[in-house]
Amino acid sequence: MKRHDDNADQDLGDAADRRAHVDDRTARLARETRTPADRPDPGPDGTAVTLEDVSITFGDHVAVRNVTLEMPARQVTALVGPSGCGKTSVLRAINRLHDHTGGAVRGRVRLGSLEVYGPDVQPEVLRSRIGMVFQRPNPFPTMSIFDNVISGLRFNGVRNKRLLREMGIAALHNAALWDIVKDRLHQPAVRLSGGQQQRLCIARALAIEPEVLLMDEPCSALDPVATAKIEDLIRHLSGEVTIALVTHNMFQAARVSDNVAVFLLGEDRVGELVEVGPTEQVFDTPNDARTKAYVTGHVG
Amino acid sequence: MTGRAMQVICLIAVLIGLTPLVALVIATVSKGAGALSIGFLLHAPTPEGVPGGGISTAIVGSGEIVAYGVALAVPLGLFIALFLFERAGAIASSIRFSADVMSGVPSIIIGIFAYAVYVERFHHFSNVAAGFALGVLMLPIMVRANEEAMRTVSVDLWEAGISLGARRSRVARSVVLRGALPGVVTGNLLALARGVGETAPLLFTVASPTFAMTLLIFNDATQPFPDAQQTAWGTALVLLALVLILSTTARTIAWTLNRKTR
Repeated sequence: MKRHDDNADQDLGDAADRRAHVDDRTARLARETRTPADRPDPGPDGTAVTLEDVSITFGDHVAVRNVTLEMPARQVTALVGPSGCGKTSVLRAINRLHDHTGGAVRGRVRLGSLEVYGPDVQPEVLRSRIGMVFQRPNPFPTMSIFDNVISGLRFNGVRNKRLLREMGIAALHNAALWDIVKDRLHQPAVRLSGGQQQRLCIARALAIEPEVLLMDEPCSALDPVATAKIEDLIRHLSGEVTIALVTHNMFQAARVSDNVAVFLLGEDRVGELVEVGPTEQVFDTPNDARTKAYVTGHVG
Repeated sequence: MTGRAMQVICLIAVLIGLTPLVALVIATVSKGAGALSIGFLLHAPTPEGVPGGGISTAIVGSGEIVAYGVALAVPLGLFIALFLFERAGAIASSIRFSADVMSGVPSIIIGIFAYAVYVERFHHFSNVAAGFALGVLMLPIMVRANEEAMRTVSVDLWEAGISLGARRSRVARSVVLRGALPGVVTGNLLALARGVGETAPLLFTVASPTFAMTLLIFNDATQPFPDAQQTAWGTALVLLALVLILSTTARTIAWTLNRKTR
């Protein structure tokens, strides 16, 4: 990302501002205490990620079909549903990971106003605008804690040491990990606990200053305490970055998301998006009978 | 009782298995130690009947041949293994299959092959040709060792790198290769140790037996002169020590690199 080197000073200022901003926001982490006025403004066009009639196939197998979904900017959109209904496939379509796994994506995906599968789009540049957190914590085992955080910046060509340091520290603050790791930044990342490793992976994703953070069941390998911390962090980060969260845990979706997209398996075993809307509405007054059965625990 | 019997059988098997190795080391050391001296390592061979003389030309020659082989096989081995790591499918499978077949090809055939493509064409024997033959011999071993090492780097890590906006080549270097490094170093050094001891690929390619240790052993050991036989044993000891050092270094490097990430 050339822009980092060119606007080094400005970015440093931004990083410092953001840290202050984050500290300021910690007081209103809890969802219950958030008032409508606290809710973030939507982005310029209000939508960070748009999927239009997206279908994803692997060879002959259709994973998910005809998904149309808008993810409002700087909010948490949870993708929920039982296993195998295409949630993760949809998530990976946003940063074009299917380019490498043989999945074919049809339909349109937009990041802001950018056509993700447009002819002139370089996947690397696109991905440098999108962070991703995986099911299992996957810090680079050969790197120290701090090198993990700044690895994405390095991959994108940032060489300025001062800038790397500033942005790395800011990302660790953002991931609520700074106080835990500040005295052992140069230890191997794999010495951290599972939950801490996952937050390190979040810090690593945040360091590239993504517009969208994709989270693929980020708590599935974690214990309840670590899960609670990640959920706090998701709340903490919404409002700054658009988050797409895949989870099969309905309670988690209810706790952390602003919007919910419910995926279910159709009759021919193909994943479908059956309902999407504000979280409270989907849980309290679902429009679709299948959603109602699912969110109340009758199926799935 | 059966457990005890099993233990005894296993122990006997281990002892029988170890006997040739121990006997080989004892024989080489006892027969070769007498030849060893600083001069033996530093002086050039003398004609038969002339006292003194060493194996310096053979040591240098072997080093040169191995260096050519390494220059050919190590980079190729890395790139081919990376290709196999990144791509699945028919091409990758056929490359993998070829590598397996290649590593089973008798080394004498690789020697004849090198003779045909190099010596016959350019009309002279050369260490380059021998290095080429050794490279061809080591390549499949290195490819499979590298690939095995790279497989220990999980797809998750590869995807983490890619999802951060890194190019494939950067992920290959900073994530895959770096993660596989202990195994890559070990595998390449072990392949090298195997290559250093090869004789057949050099038979048709090296100009004189005094230009490679294994050829010198082959040549001198079959002569009726006690001096020559003593030289052969001394060279054998040097070669054995070298292979041992290479293997030990390989293990040590792997162990050190692994420990750093724990």
